[in-house]
Amino acid sequence: MMKPFEIVDHTADISIIAYGKSPKELFQNAAFGMFSILADLEGIKTSTELEISVEAPDREELLIEWLDELLYNFYTKNIIFCEFGIRELTETNLTARVKGRFIGENKNRLKTEIKAATRHDLHITKNDDIYEVRIVFDV
Amino acid sequence: MSEGWQGQLQKIDDYRWMIPKSYASGMRVPGVIYADENLLASINRDKAPQQVANAAHLPGIVKYSLAMPDIHWGYGLPIGGVVATDVEEGGVITPGGVGYDINCGVRMIRTDLTEKEVIPKIDNLIHALFSNVPSGVGSKSDIKVSDAEEAKIMLKGARWAIDRGFGVKEDLDRTEESGCMEGADPSKVSDRAFERGSNQSGTLGSGNHFLEVQAVDEIFDDEAASVFGVNKGSITVMIHCGSRGFGHQICDEYSKGMVRTLAKYGISVPDRQLACAPVKSPEGQAYIAAMKCAANYAWNNRQCLMHKVRGVFEKVFGVGWKDLGMSLVWDVAHNIAKIEKYDIDGKVKQLCIHRKGATRAFGPDNPAVPQIYRRIGQPVIIPGDMGRNSYVLVGTKKAEEETFGSTCHGAGRLMSRKAAINAQGRYTLLRDLAAKGIKVMAAGKGTLAEEAPYAYKNVNEVVDVVHNAGISKRVCRMRPIGVIKG
Repeated sequence: MMKPFEIVDHTADISIIAYGKSPKELFQNAAFGMFSILADLEGIKTSTELEISVEAPDREELLIEWLDELLYNFYTKNIIFCEFGIRELTETNLTARVKGRFIGENKNRLKTEIKAATRHDLHITKNDDIYEVRIVFDV
Repeated sequence: MSEGWQGQLQKIDDYRWMIPKSYASGMRVPGVIYADENLLASINRDKAPQQVANAAHLPGIVKYSLAMPDIHWGYGLPIGGVVATDVEEGGVITPGGVGYDINCGVRMIRTDLTEKEVIPKIDNLIHALFSNVPSGVGSKSDIKVSDAEEAKIMLKGARWAIDRGFGVKEDLDRTEESGCMEGADPSKVSDRAFERGSNQSGTLGSGNHFLEVQAVDEIFDDEAASVFGVNKGSITVMIHCGSRGFGHQICDEYSKGMVRTLAKYGISVPDRQLACAPVKSPEGQAYIAAMKCAANYAWNNRQCLMHKVRGVFEKVFGVGWKDLGMSLVWDVAHNIAKIEKYDIDGKVKQLCIHRKGATRAFGPDNPAVPQIYRRIGQPVIIPGDMGRNSYVLVGTKKAEEETFGSTCHGAGRLMSRKAAINAQGRYTLLRDLAAKGIKVMAAGKGTLAEEAPYAYKNVNEVVDVVHNAGISKRVCRMRPIGVIKG
């Protein structure tokens, strides 16, 4: 079975490889991977949701835009996101309805602060019908 | 480590190694890494040297793409990277060469307290610091400001806190740039950055940021130590943090913007995280004005944190902070870009110096060093890992001649966070630290194991290299007795 993502070695920061059978699934799994670093998502129940819409000149930039948009909302609206329903995804546009839970009483779920999803060595590739991308997060 | 460096490193001398220009076709200058044979082995295990080579592609880069001995794999520039570009010759500025945590830095406070006086109260002290200094993921402060007030923080830096009674004027004389860079422009800062910065002044954050109570265990330079006010056996406090979500948001937005204007300036970079614009372009100028806002925000943040720390010491020891001798020794920025003048082949040039995980290290008589330290040189504060040592060094003329006035910034990571967690559990680690007489408290679940001492290079080896290479000189060494991690 395909893993949604895995954490891979990076000396200073945290790096993940996200996988997906489609670009949509890849973007969802990348977001899930990022929030798994920020917080313990095990058994978390959603209680709030948000519309997200981002655009960018190409797919790699769009991925970073998407992740940074989620981070911004995490830090300013205090929501731990755990469901990432991407409705539409093109090379340059993404719209999604994301669900999560307010940090409030879930403070003990928080793990590691992520400053940003970086563009370092970022390439979306496709091997044997599986899309994958390695993302370095500044922590 | 997965993929190590496969390229060539030519030995220049015992402490310098060169990546020749011929390594990659787009390199404009060679790369030079400061290290000894031993550190070089760990440096070669990851992609940091490749990032030194990548940075050598930046338009307008002067002399060489430098890396300090605490170099490790980052994003864009390596951590420990120093890059100078010629402002008048199309030289660029890159937000990826400063980092997301703009003006991440360290400040060190001296005290008249001795280790003997503090040890019996260390549990109380660390608990009180932990509950009074907000730390951890997205930590928020009791200092919440309006947009208008936040703009004042951007313009005034640490002076904002001093004006509110969170410190004294003398603190500013002991802060790089006196705690405020001229030319900050809040109109270049987005609403989102304002929003993220509204309640984070006086917060530590997470990751490698920390607050440490330390004891001075060795003096190497009596004269400098006495000017800096540190004595063997005395207690010092070190604060490591930066501009929090405010700076992260600024770096993020300007990196994004510069990816989009690369073509306009005909610039191609080997890694998008090195997206850049000429210093003199509108995009470059806007980033510099916003970066200065974040730099000033960070100095104010560390000033607010120091105020909280002084307050806790007052409570725990029942004596005012001034009577405890808690004056600031120095505050350094180690993620920043600055315009400085250097003599390049007999010509004085204005250079944009990027220091990413590198510390300014100006020598004696430099006019940028405040009067109190000018005869000795600028203090350089080097935090190590939480189980070994930290240092105070002093800058040198040789650094000004050889490394654009720069030196290392810390121990530098050796092991990934994943590997560090796998190496040892939290409880074994706490037990080992306790056995060494180090009391630790951490906000984040994973932070402790990730930040374990063995995840870092030995800071003593890193400092040996910069000392022996002459780009800074040892003044004193501290060891931790109490640690707070975010």
